[in-house]
Amino acid sequence: MGIQINNDPFFERVERGIDNHFMRSAVSGAQDRLEGRKTTSTSELDWEAWRDHSEEIRQHTLEHLDFYLNQFAENVAAQGGHVFFAETKEEANEYIQSVVKKEHAQKVVKAKSMVTEEIGMNEALEEVGCSVVESDLGEWILQLDDHDPPSHIVVPALHKNKEQIRDTFEEKRGYTESSDPEALGRFAREQLRQDFLEAEVGITGCNFAVAESGAVSLVTNEGNARMVTSLPKTQISVMGMERIVPTWEELDVLVTMLCRSAVGQKLTSYITGLSPDGGEGSHAPENFHIVIVDNGRSKILGTKYQSALQCIRCAACINVCPVYRHIGGHSYGSIYPGPIGAVLTPLLEGYDEHKELPYASSLCAACTDACPVKIPLHELLIEHRRDIVEEYGGGDTGEKWAMKGFGYAASHPSLFQMGAKSASPVIGGVSKKEGVGPGPMKRWTSLRTLPAQRGDNFRSWFKNRRKGESS
Amino acid sequence: MNVALFLTCLGDAVYPASVGRSTVEVLERLGCEVDFPTAQTCCGQPAFNSGYHEDAKKAARHMIRTFEDAPYVVTPSGSCAVMFREYPHLLRDDPEWQLRAERLAAKTYELTQFIVDVLGVEDVGASLPGSATYHTSCHMTRLLGVTEAPMKLLQHVKGLDFHELPYKEQCCGFGGTFAVKMMPISEQMVDDKVDYVEETGAEYLIGADLGCLMNIGGRIERRGKEVKVLHIAEVLNQTEGAG
Repeated sequence: MGIQINNDPFFERVERGIDNHFMRSAVSGAQDRLEGRKTTSTSELDWEAWRDHSEEIRQHTLEHLDFYLNQFAENVAAQGGHVFFAETKEEANEYIQSVVKKEHAQKVVKAKSMVTEEIGMNEALEEVGCSVVESDLGEWILQLDDHDPPSHIVVPALHKNKEQIRDTFEEKRGYTESSDPEALGRFAREQLRQDFLEAEVGITGCNFAVAESGAVSLVTNEGNARMVTSLPKTQISVMGMERIVPTWEELDVLVTMLCRSAVGQKLTSYITGLSPDGGEGSHAPENFHIVIVDNGRSKILGTKYQSALQCIRCAACINVCPVYRHIGGHSYGSIYPGPIGAVLTPLLEGYDEHKELPYASSLCAACTDACPVKIPLHELLIEHRRDIVEEYGGGDTGEKWAMKGFGYAASHPSLFQMGAKSASPVIGGVSKKEGVGPGPMKRWTSLRTLPAQRGDNFRSWFKNRRKGESS
Repeated sequence: MNVALFLTCLGDAVYPASVGRSTVEVLERLGCEVDFPTAQTCCGQPAFNSGYHEDAKKAARHMIRTFEDAPYVVTPSGSCAVMFREYPHLLRDDPEWQLRAERLAAKTYELTQFIVDVLGVEDVGASLPGSATYHTSCHMTRLLGVTEAPMKLLQHVKGLDFHELPYKEQCCGFGGTFAVKMMPISEQMVDDKVDYVEETGAEYLIGADLGCLMNIGGRIERRGKEVKVLHIAEVLNQTEGAG
């Protein structure tokens, strides 16, 4: 699939999102539920201190990323695992294809992974004749539903309600029972069981790699990731190059933050640590491959956007975003939606197809407040806007001149006053009855009435008052 | 105590003068000597948030020159106070200006923050019979960190029956140029806000940021709702007998 999920113009996508009332009620309901649970699950911690500590861990790791990646790779290799560094998504896919071919695999079963979506791995595997089965419930629903793209990075089918899911099951798999979530879950479980048994290769993402022991950790709720990593003989874990921690101690801290921030649980049902050599009696697969994906990440290192790589993909920013609430994930046109998506997508893919994203925020900073690793998301959005204006040449010409005029007038008070007064005819030209204005005021006043009694002047009141006092 | 009033461009040019007047009168009643530096323009936030940082710097340097001699700068807008506090970062490439910006930022306060934290007053002797709800502005709450001060002041307003706003921390959809650039999204956000205000059944919607109030108030009026919109300075300036 790749990062971009839709080629329609931004505002068309937004309009579709806004008009989709089913989706909006599903999204706002989910946001409220997740936020409520998060509040409960964080209440017994000194949350701000934990955020500081987590930020420190992520910053330290990124500053020494080359060291920890090498340490991790050496430890994987020492246990007989295979590590492949992929600079591009093509390199990553070619490697994964080669493993699958070598194993003569007809079927791959997959746990949930955003980075495999990012590199378009499923399509790459299908190209070489290998079918791919998503085993995460949300991803499985989307796959069945003609590859509907994910709209959320933790809850990919967030935009669907249970009735829609029931209908998909019925249409695609002949499901006949109710939309009761338990019944739906049971059905998915039965359907997937055969796939787990048949698949020759299991593919997972990676929540965090642990450098000191060459292990991959997975944070899940459904148990499917354990099936993926214990039934097939060959396992491939795909990780973004920044998803690493130095030791189990830091993992402990970040898992604490991830579970609470993502789903409001103190712990998810399964926290799995997998290393190539699991020791005697372990269920470790015979062949263990790790694909470390760069795909544009190293270009972000050392720039003003580096903090975006602190992200642990918890979606806390998405769960509080008022813009996401109304337009849903698909409107962003990227597999990474919401505030982190608006920051990350243009960094990974450039501005050409995504230049509206940094503006799809009121800069309310709810995202920055929610982030467990303290990424200053709204500030990074402003930095994008600055780069769009200064580097990319993407600011619109009218706005550019207006801002130049603004800068000049704001530093020349008499001109500013004149501007304010000459704006009065514009504002004054607003119909007193309807409060609707012409020209530049039109977009504002198409929704809102301007304040009444506008134009009564504070400055003359203040001046006359002083005069009155001195006489 | 001498304070310089930074009225903000909205308060100066667009919003009714009563907000500025109330700010002056409340501060004076609390014993302050209020100066209004007439060279003041705009904090530069529209340019800054839109990515035009060179243009924002021009506004910033001008505002520093205008206000740097004042012992305190007080503004009836949390968001514009935040922008003053952003100046040191904006001007970080020029150490001299950065230092001047830091000095200005350190003495800049949002009105309710100044009254409660600096003057140490929670009861300004105001009185407003009726029911009211309060919109917590995003920048004031999250970036300036002012959450308690307006609540403390409102608790002491005689006759005011307070109703908490549902989803009070959700943005009203103003966001400066966001309101026009992302109009369809802004519309959904402000409509939610107006619905929540209406749900409280309050007669008054009070706020401490003119941008948000213009947005919510403008939408309230357009949708023909009865709720009256007041800046917190106007509330604090309602004394018994003054109506």
